[in-house]
Amino acid sequence: MALTVPRLRRLDPLGALLAVAGATAVMFLPFVIFKSNRVVPGDPRGLLEVLPAWAAFACQASLLLAATAALGVSNARVRLGAALLGVTVVALAVAAAGDALTPAGNKVVRVAPGAGVWVLLVCLGLLATDAITRMRPGPGRRVLFLAVFTAAAGLALAHGTFDHLSVMREYAVNADRFAREARQHLWLALGSLAAAVVVALPIGILCHRVPRLRAGVLGTLNVIQTIPSIALFGILMAPLGALAGAVPLAAALGIRGIGAAPAAVALFLYSLLPIAANTVAGLKRVPRAAVEAARGMGMTNWQVLTGVELLLALPVILTGIRIVLVQNIGMVTVAALIGGGGLGTFVFQGIGQTAIDLVLLGAIPIVALAFSAAVVLDALVEVMDRARQ
Amino acid sequence: MPGMAAILRLAALALLLAFLLTPQSFAPLFAPLTQYGAPPIYDQGNLLTLALAHLGTVCCAAAASTLVAVGLGILVTRPSGAQFLPLSRTLVNIGQTFPPVAVLAVTVPLVGFGEKPTLIALFAYGLLPIFENTIVGLQTCPAAVLEAASGMGMSARQRLLSVELPLALPLILEGIRLSLVINVGTATIGSTVAAKGLGEVIIAGLLSNNNAFILQGGLVTGLMAILLYDALAGLERRICRTAHLD
Repeated sequence: MALTVPRLRRLDPLGALLAVAGATAVMFLPFVIFKSNRVVPGDPRGLLEVLPAWAAFACQASLLLAATAALGVSNARVRLGAALLGVTVVALAVAAAGDALTPAGNKVVRVAPGAGVWVLLVCLGLLATDAITRMRPGPGRRVLFLAVFTAAAGLALAHGTFDHLSVMREYAVNADRFAREARQHLWLALGSLAAAVVVALPIGILCHRVPRLRAGVLGTLNVIQTIPSIALFGILMAPLGALAGAVPLAAALGIRGIGAAPAAVALFLYSLLPIAANTVAGLKRVPRAAVEAARGMGMTNWQVLTGVELLLALPVILTGIRIVLVQNIGMVTVAALIGGGGLGTFVFQGIGQTAIDLVLLGAIPIVALAFSAAVVLDALVEVMDRARQ
Repeated sequence: MPGMAAILRLAALALLLAFLLTPQSFAPLFAPLTQYGAPPIYDQGNLLTLALAHLGTVCCAAAASTLVAVGLGILVTRPSGAQFLPLSRTLVNIGQTFPPVAVLAVTVPLVGFGEKPTLIALFAYGLLPIFENTIVGLQTCPAAVLEAASGMGMSARQRLLSVELPLALPLILEGIRLSLVINVGTATIGSTVAAKGLGEVIIAGLLSNNNAFILQGGLVTGLMAILLYDALAGLERRICRTAHLD
């Protein structure tokens, strides 16, 4: 493999923008926020105040390197490498700042990343995103990138690198609940998706076969989508509560007005439209010749449907499933408001206590989950679409 | 069928207005949902004021996101901004995986409680559909039309204003409609951070275990979202029709 020597060329406009923003963040914004306990207002600290001189210098040198790559190198791999180096260094520097500012054994002190760190991470993230976009990675590579990044983050978390940062402090206090709520979150998102696939797929097939039904059924599902999630959750509480009151069996099954049941039903209802609509669209895309050829081969109606039509429509149906999954992972958050559990519990608790760390403890995993689901399912759709051709 | 739809639409609008203007006349309907003599109709504020505040927040945010998103969309489809196009595409895709609640929750600590975090979250979340549709609309203008425009001696600016934007208008409007409807729902969550709006009614119901409040807040928000969706879709059809007739 020939090593491509990075060539300097005229300044990259995006790189210039990011470099200026990053430099401003390093110079003028607080690197970490120090609080002597959870409630008091924070006290901003700069990079040089929290790290020993050599570490601060190494950190700045790496960032300078990343900025140089962003400004003058056009090779996407070099740019990606520079961005990842920057992210790693910033993450390690924040972790080191946490360790340095926390007296041994002290569990009261809170050290949180400051605005400077967030701006830097956004800039480096944009640089990495731009580099990856320019590399046009195939589906396998994209999933690989995601897996490597997840593994690296997971290792750092397991190793306890960030244990002295305030978000991880909140995690340490809530570890048991976190595992439970995360399971509940996934369960609600995936369970309602599975139920919706089972129901919406036949609806979609029916709408495809009987065009007269199409406008009415899809229109009704569309109306459901426009109802705000919190409202639908709330509205469903009344009938489910009444059901539990009237039918002891329903109550015994755990169906109650408050809790996971209305959330699951609402998510299920929201999930119907994208899957049904995409099933119709996918079936419409199946070439008539393929269906006729299959019939000519003596396949039964059922065989044509499962062996030819649904198979060919699969990429489009999967796109619908991807939309639903990402949407569900986000919407489960709101379920916490009606006692449905999920990671939203931490978000709303954090809002209630004005504890940003608690909000982040809920919000970061939700965003990461939604993002990973999107990357993996997009890759799957692309692979299927290629196989189809 | 169209007659039926129009009747339904009018009935929904009439119901919404009647409820907002004279909520007490609906009290007997909601009374069975309450327990221990709790008030059947939201009594901690004027429903009409709340609905208007809700709509105001949503519209303010939507106006700001329309300006910024259309501006950015135009920028990245010009030759000078073409470098930013692939990145902005990816960012839109990533951005859409962010749940609106998470955006809202993260904004609160930055700007404090009240209207501000809601406005910012609605603005940020509303950008995406409009931006995406603007780009798609501008990029799918038929090349022949653009060449004809240049051939007629139009400057780049004239071409943008009188050819490209009008052609992209239906898609841009669709983006605005999507973002408005999503935001009507998201704004209810704004009430968890003390923004004025209909979420207040729902949350009051959740806190006091009053199903009547929850249903009222939910129904009013839902009706507003559906009517808004419908009205904007009608407006879109109308604008497109006039554009084609010209």
